[in-house]
Amino acid sequence: MSMIDSIDRRVIAATQAGLPLTDRPYAQVAETLGLSEQEVIDRLAAMQERGIIRRIALAPNHYALGMVANGMSVWDVDDARASDFGRRIGALDFVTHCYLRPRAPVWRYNLFAMLHGTSRQEVEEKRAIIRKMLGDACTACDILYSTRILKKTGLRLQNG
Amino acid sequence: MRRQVLPEDALDATDRAILNALQDGFPLVPEPFEEAGRALGIPGEDLVSRLTHLRHIGAITRFGPFYDAAAMGGAFCLCALSAPEALFDGVAALVNAHPEVAHNYRRDHELNMWFVLATDRPEAIGETCERIEAETGLKVWQFPKLEEFFIGFRVPA
Repeated sequence: MSMIDSIDRRVIAATQAGLPLTDRPYAQVAETLGLSEQEVIDRLAAMQERGIIRRIALAPNHYALGMVANGMSVWDVDDARASDFGRRIGALDFVTHCYLRPRAPVWRYNLFAMLHGTSRQEVEEKRAIIRKMLGDACTACDILYSTRILKKTGLRLQNG
Repeated sequence: MRRQVLPEDALDATDRAILNALQDGFPLVPEPFEEAGRALGIPGEDLVSRLTHLRHIGAITRFGPFYDAAAMGGAFCLCALSAPEALFDGVAALVNAHPEVAHNYRRDHELNMWFVLATDRPEAIGETCERIEAETGLKVWQFPKLEEFFIGFRVPA
């Protein structure tokens, strides 16, 4: 963990579950850590600058907002063309994440794209668009719908 | 984890504008709600109370900094296992008990449990998988990302 020092670690530990919803949230975090408000702001800004913080933002609950169908579409794509297709699939406005991953003996798919919709039918329509786009570069595909959220906490540092 | 769709009238236009705007970012200034509220045309105080309400009704899962474990010298890894149906809940409890498990979903496939490990050291990914294998007696397959094609993470509200 050479990229962050012990103060960063304490700031991370104090904010990884979320910011307090109060008029001066950074002052409240600072108070629990014995730091100044400005120091907390500067630390967070520096970590954002270095990419340690991707963004400070709100995560909506897809499901509560009506996005009840969430499918992980997976594709067995010709290795030579997989990165190129990944970029194109990642750029589609209905894809929230797209990744290239290794195959495994029990798993032939290398391209993963998360699809969200208000119904499975809507997700299937989106999936058909990707299927068409991949053409003969894709030899097999599947979609794994999430049927239960078993845990969702985000990152937790061990020794914060 | 709440898994219920909110009724149509649970959110008004301002709530929807808040959900959309704050997915993009939040200011790092002493009174950030005041500043974010200005862009939305509401006082900071109202933004705080609306966010408190949105969190209470389950429209928001998280609000704050999103840390990248890899950028801190740690690692993320998507993992999957195939849990026998009769043992599924017990296996889920064993997996979820590890603080390294950031999220875990049941999916309808032979590989029926998919979870993400987030650790502060790269070696901890393999170590955690080994511990889960020892506890469950099941093979844990690792699918680390080789490349990420990430454009945005927005859900229209």
